[in-house]
Amino acid sequence: MSTANETPRPAAGRAGIKKELPERFKDYRHVWVFIELERGQVHPVSFELLGEGRKLADNLGVQLAGVVLGPPGEATWNAVAEAFAYGADLAYIVEAPLLADYRNEPFTKAMTDLVGSHKPEILLLGATTLGRDLAGSVATTLQTGLTADCTELDVDADGSLAATRPTFGGSLLCTIYTLNYRPQMATVRPRVMPMPQRADKPVGRVIQHKVSLAEDEIVTKVLGFLPDSQSAEANLAYADVVVAGGLGLGAAENLQLVKNLARAVGAEHGCSRPLVQKGWMPADRQIGQTGKTIRPKLYIAAGISGAIQHRVGVEGADLIVAINTDPNAPIFEFAHIGIVTDAIRFLPALTEAFTRRLSPHSRDKLAS
Amino acid sequence: MHIVICIKQVPDSAQIRVHPVTNTIMRQGVPTIINPYDLFALEEALKLRDAYGGGVTVLSMGPPMAEDALRKALGYGADRAVLLTDRYFAGSDTLATSFALSQAIAKIGETFGKPDIVFTGKQTIDGDTAQVGPGIAKRLDLLQLTYVAKIASIDLATREIKVERRSEGGTQTLKSRLPCLITMLEGTNEIRRGSIQDALCAARSQVLKWSAADAGIEELTRCGLRGSPTVVKRVFAPTPRAEKAAKIDTAEKTLRDVADELIAAILARQPALEHELAFNNGA
Repeated sequence: MSTANETPRPAAGRAGIKKELPERFKDYRHVWVFIELERGQVHPVSFELLGEGRKLADNLGVQLAGVVLGPPGEATWNAVAEAFAYGADLAYIVEAPLLADYRNEPFTKAMTDLVGSHKPEILLLGATTLGRDLAGSVATTLQTGLTADCTELDVDADGSLAATRPTFGGSLLCTIYTLNYRPQMATVRPRVMPMPQRADKPVGRVIQHKVSLAEDEIVTKVLGFLPDSQSAEANLAYADVVVAGGLGLGAAENLQLVKNLARAVGAEHGCSRPLVQKGWMPADRQIGQTGKTIRPKLYIAAGISGAIQHRVGVEGADLIVAINTDPNAPIFEFAHIGIVTDAIRFLPALTEAFTRRLSPHSRDKLAS
Repeated sequence: MHIVICIKQVPDSAQIRVHPVTNTIMRQGVPTIINPYDLFALEEALKLRDAYGGGVTVLSMGPPMAEDALRKALGYGADRAVLLTDRYFAGSDTLATSFALSQAIAKIGETFGKPDIVFTGKQTIDGDTAQVGPGIAKRLDLLQLTYVAKIASIDLATREIKVERRSEGGTQTLKSRLPCLITMLEGTNEIRRGSIQDALCAARSQVLKWSAADAGIEELTRCGLRGSPTVVKRVFAPTPRAEKAAKIDTAEKTLRDVADELIAAILARQPALEHELAFNNGA
């Protein structure tokens, strides 16, 4: 996105915005989704992207393909099967021992090679640390456009990908096109798109691709991997119930009230950006445009005013409950249920009420 | 060791407000700052220079006013600052930006010595793309090390570097080689207070201002709007939701009653939650 400009401006009336796709790109067809496989697991964002890719492919009347890069073996083929189960018509697979752990060099090589041979018009990747590392290199190698962190993908009347993303720290949205270059690349953050239904059908066409790459050509070596002990990284984005606190809690120790409620209902806890900036909570608990995007069934925001940067991270929640002393706080514009009261006093009452209502069975489970 | 660090001047997003009626950004008086993520990279660069000797060159592309950001970087102790500024760069997307910056870095290399490490921040707070760092790495054929949490060791004789980087669900330890490009993770260090000497130095030093021609850029069609494959077609405010929050009245009720009423309201809207809350617990 416009890094040199302070604000992206609509380019109407400027040169270079007319669609005149060069001849060499005219046979680029089909929608690809990069299936992010690491240590035997497919990142769920890949399935979310397949759901989105399915819609784009159907709109364009083309096929949806999953791209799996991995080491030879069962996990890689499982990833292919999962791609089919989540809607892919076909899968491209590159199997090589040097694709066992993610490294930029071999993955960029494999991906750009595949694109060069099979020519997709759209390539989607998850905006994870891996996806962002890879997407930037691939787009630069291919000299094409890449739109990061999209919140909406669509195909317009002339078949171009319309990629919408927040800009200016999430205060505004902009729609970006890559008119005259292919593939049109976009990344989407985990949980921004809904998880599609898994169908236990399907087989699809598998296209195996060989990439000439030798381990001794790869400079960077993986010496080790230490998994996160605390699983906030993984759990917050995918939790069914989330309780979060904001500046309205007044003091760091009051975050305990948020944690108590979260524990009582088996929820994950988080916070708004200012609390991370104050050092009250670690960054991996931050919810919002620059933190985690969540899509829980229930989201309880306590003492959070609801700046747009927070809003875009929680809008996917099925039900948003806001507790805030300020009746004019922006959070009441997008919450479903609001209570104008002091969260510091109300949270203990709510925790107690939930505990009373929960079955003795689950209370025992929680106590243990 | 010669280190180049790329920084960007950004509006302080914490101070941006959206006009409640017109839904447009109120930009008046919003101060500019060095992109906060870049400060972690700058501190890391300064630490390496202090440990291994050499110099730190700070590079920024932007309008003439971006000189302020570079002066601040000099105040923290950077040795040299280059501002890449030219109307040809206006409207650059990430691909055009990484082209211009990589050309300028090559020129810096010719003029002041080839960099061993190029640093960038993890991403900017206004664009949030995290694409420019990888773009520079690819163009200059530097080994790409993103989301680095810690530089464990550097051996200048063998040119070997070991880093810990954040990856999905854990920390990867990598061995790689100089020259490389590192994007630094946030929270990994704290920017120093510049010394009085550095402040005096910064006040006296010139920020070098390079046009496209000064940076040796010949292919102007790869710069700015013309060099940008992406096109911003529309900028708009998110549509406000028609329905506002249903407020639960608290007047003359005990907190206990309000809490019970809230739970009833939650379950009325999401009946499935009763089951989930009771059993999807405590794992």
